[in-house]
Amino acid sequence: MNDRQQIKLTQGIDWPVMGLYTALVILGLLSIFAAEHREGDNVWQNIVHLNKNYARQLMWWGVSLVLATIIWLTDSKFFTATANLLYAFGLVLLLLVLGIGKDVKGSHSWLVIGGFQFQPAEFTKLCTNLALAKYLSSLETDFTKLRARLIAAALALIPAAIIILQDETGLALVYLSFFLVMYREGLPGILLVIAFSGIILVLSALLVDKNILFIIFSVITALVIYFNRREIRRSRARLLLILAVWGFCSAFVMFVVPFAFTKVLKDYQVRRIEVMLGKENDPKATYNTRQSMIAIGSGGFWGKGYLKGTQTRFDFVPEQSTDFIFCTIGEDFGFAGSVLFLGLYVALLFRIIFIAERQRSTFSRVYAYGVASIIFFHLAINISMTIGLAPVIGIPLPLVSYGGSSLMTFTMLIFIMLRLDADRQMVLR
Amino acid sequence: MSVYNQPRRRVIQLIILGMVLLIVTRLFFLQVVEKKYSKLADANAVLRKVVYPSRGMIYDRKGRSVLRNDVMYDLVVTPSSVKNIDTAYLCQILQIDKEEFRKRIVTAIIKNGRVRQSVFASLLTPDVFGRLQESMYLFQPGFELVQRQIRSYPYSAAANILGYIGEISSSMLEKSAYSAYQMGDYLGMTGLEKTYESVLMGQRGIQYLVKDNLNRPQGPYEKGEFDTAAIAGKNLRLSLDIDLQVLGERLMRNKIGSIVAIDPQTGGILAMVSSPTFDPNLLTGSYRTRNFSKLFVDTTKPLFNRAMQATYPPGSAMKPLTALVALDEGVITPSFGFPCSGGYYNCGRRIGCTHHNPGHAANLRLAIANSCNSYFVHLYRLEVDAAKWGGVEKGHQKWYEYMSSFGLGHRLGIDIPGEYRGYVIDTAGMNKRYPGRWSSCSELYVGMGQGAVSVTPLQMANAMCIIANRGYYYIPHFVESIDNDNSQLLKEYKEKHVVAHISDTSYRSVIYGMEDVVERGTGRSAIIEGVAVCGKTGTAENNAIVNGELKKLKDHSVFVAFAPRDNPKIAVAVIVENAGYGSTYAAPIASLVMEKYLHDTISVKRKPVVQRMLDFVTMDPVVQAKSKLDSLNGATARLTTEQVLNIYFPNKTK
Repeated sequence: MNDRQQIKLTQGIDWPVMGLYTALVILGLLSIFAAEHREGDNVWQNIVHLNKNYARQLMWWGVSLVLATIIWLTDSKFFTATANLLYAFGLVLLLLVLGIGKDVKGSHSWLVIGGFQFQPAEFTKLCTNLALAKYLSSLETDFTKLRARLIAAALALIPAAIIILQDETGLALVYLSFFLVMYREGLPGILLVIAFSGIILVLSALLVDKNILFIIFSVITALVIYFNRREIRRSRARLLLILAVWGFCSAFVMFVVPFAFTKVLKDYQVRRIEVMLGKENDPKATYNTRQSMIAIGSGGFWGKGYLKGTQTRFDFVPEQSTDFIFCTIGEDFGFAGSVLFLGLYVALLFRIIFIAERQRSTFSRVYAYGVASIIFFHLAINISMTIGLAPVIGIPLPLVSYGGSSLMTFTMLIFIMLRLDADRQMVLR
Repeated sequence: MSVYNQPRRRVIQLIILGMVLLIVTRLFFLQVVEKKYSKLADANAVLRKVVYPSRGMIYDRKGRSVLRNDVMYDLVVTPSSVKNIDTAYLCQILQIDKEEFRKRIVTAIIKNGRVRQSVFASLLTPDVFGRLQESMYLFQPGFELVQRQIRSYPYSAAANILGYIGEISSSMLEKSAYSAYQMGDYLGMTGLEKTYESVLMGQRGIQYLVKDNLNRPQGPYEKGEFDTAAIAGKNLRLSLDIDLQVLGERLMRNKIGSIVAIDPQTGGILAMVSSPTFDPNLLTGSYRTRNFSKLFVDTTKPLFNRAMQATYPPGSAMKPLTALVALDEGVITPSFGFPCSGGYYNCGRRIGCTHHNPGHAANLRLAIANSCNSYFVHLYRLEVDAAKWGGVEKGHQKWYEYMSSFGLGHRLGIDIPGEYRGYVIDTAGMNKRYPGRWSSCSELYVGMGQGAVSVTPLQMANAMCIIANRGYYYIPHFVESIDNDNSQLLKEYKEKHVVAHISDTSYRSVIYGMEDVVERGTGRSAIIEGVAVCGKTGTAENNAIVNGELKKLKDHSVFVAFAPRDNPKIAVAVIVENAGYGSTYAAPIASLVMEKYLHDTISVKRKPVVQRMLDFVTMDPVVQAKSKLDSLNGATARLTTEQVLNIYFPNKTK
């Protein structure tokens, strides 16, 4: 093996993923450049002096590639061996942030190391993914049992809980993506349906007056009972189940949601949710979404052309090079460019799923699905928020948004997967 | 395992595709279907800036600019866009308190509404402007700085002629004539500025700038592809002689009245003085509104252009016209005489005449020179009673038509707004005034310029042009030409108006009579050395209602003239209200104006006359005491008599 690696370093690498990865990072750099560049700027000087985000992103890509090379040269057994250790290390980092972290833009989730800011919440996605893969691939784990499922859920939710304490709700949400992986590994599909129904319930609870909802639920329940009257005559349990569902939904709408809004969620979160739902028109709160939608909407079908956008180039959209980087693509390249851009992501996700399914080892498959799920959640939430489909929760667009922690984490996630894939003939348990 | 879970892989892929499809659908509506976003983006990022061209200049007949263009800035406000600004800081810069700030916003809303721009602080001083410009981005988009063209007047003269520029009012904006203007624009409100607004304003340009989120301009939009350049306003070249105008305003100081001087050969007005006047610089700059109200309420009515808005009985100045009609209708010959012995008794009442010696009206020339009242009221009667009319009604109407063709009783059509028409009674008017029966005796005073006839000084001067030209005139006007202009704006002023085809011999007799007036008659104070001046004095009786009683006031001093007799260059009408005989004040002033124009200087011999005119005060002391004008009046009040004399007679004093 070692001999062969020396002969050809790139032996076994998955070129489609490599190509898509490179394309997205370069598109990201170009978008950050478009957001920041002003006519007359000295680009080379800015790059040399790291004055601008695009220069720093270029540097982070360099660092990421160094990390990627190191990962590529590491034996894949190392990742299975250290998965639990890394997970523990990640949790320690998260707790450390709670203690000595620094506040950046309203979230207490940053560590400062030698002048560089670092967000462990990004890094722990990697650790969690490894640990989950390790646990699910373990011979002792029987994922059909409730106990195993609870442990797997805990693995995903413990870091998420700590991250919520750091006021970085957006990133915490991403940890829900691991349930997609668990579904692939055997979690009953009904749970996805229940989760989906839950979301609908929450949304309707927010949008519709609770008393009206209560009446609607009662009418529906009555109708259901009427149409199922024969079955109900036969079994009392059916009636109890229907009434239980009715009771739960009503209680949720009448008490849980108002309670969550007044007691649990923070003011700004409530406002963002209300803005997203169109319930509140506070111009300050809608500003980000509104400007972002103006930028994307003004792109039209073909876009304004690279560096021609007026909205993204003149600071109308806040967080232009990080969370709202998609605006640049929407404005400069229009609908056509946006669809093509989304196409790149879909290709990447499908390729990763393809890679996952060709693995012989459960560890590699779970890990690869984890990578796909994390990227998918980031993509879906980030773009939805720029086009007003989701509340503004600050999570980056994978590989494209400006941010060292994010770029490094995604690079490492992908390259560990590539390493595992290259060694898929090996038995890794 | 792998085979068993195949459907779950599909489900995950479907979830991904479903989500992406949702996003793509949303994007499709956002980017392709909905068009408002690109408009919103433009509103966000494109700053539409109106570029005001420099307003056209105005030059006098010798090419001297009678005004200058200065640039000042207004702070305008759009009340609906004022949000989250540092009010205290803005107040500090403008040196107003919060109460005043609130008041101005409320005024702006009342005046133009919430979403339209109103002037918040007009014509900022350079100091305030500098400080505002530095921190303007703090107050945008609610507040903007807008460039304004401000006129300034180096001669401090001709205020009522030039007019002033003011902000467009909301009632004007509703009219289609002003559709090219926007709220807050400035335009000519009176005078030449108003009449020639269309050429003076030029064409406004529009510049599109890209701005950032703080409204700071970041450079031209699309490299200026959509910009339109501003085209400067066209310059006006006037017939006005600004030196003559200044002299006239100085001579008329402390008097109420007016001077109109016209070049008979072109109809171009050389000077038009209405006294009291004011410094046109008062109606520019930061204090325009305050000064305007002062001028508006002043007891001496300086905004009232007496030269074309006040009407007077012409008095004896009318007599040459009466003579022309009689000659033309053949009711007399130049040798016709009237045995006047100090009064006219033919109509059953006495009409007084200042002369008693027999033979003072032995022929037309003598009658004009001696201004015999009896002679001219008799001429009027002869005209209207002439047998060929077959009745006084037709005769009077014929007389009215003559007067009308001389330019009396209707607007001449001068190129500044506000001209009055004056009044000449016609047959319909006579029927109304004397229901039932009337005869040539009823209003015979009109023959000597009293009674049911009143004229503006402009009409008097124009009548002089007709006599000077022996039968034609051009509509009096200020603008001789407009630079680079091919519009028809000046067409009517180039058109010769021939009056009633009266024969040259008729004119000659009248003109000789008028020459005699100056040479040896009532107008000797108008003599100019080496120039044949033809003139006619007038002493117009006038009444006013004081404390509910009709009271006879001191006569107006009137003098009309033209010179030289042959090839005339200037025609003048001067009225000094309530000053007495025409020969005492109006005649010397007219002759000084004519001398200045014809010789470009005033002979040293006439220094005492100038001094007397400058020092002479006819304004009612009560009115004068009430007037606040002295502090406002620029051109004439700032200088003492000695200083004015030094200007016109510099050698004598050295």
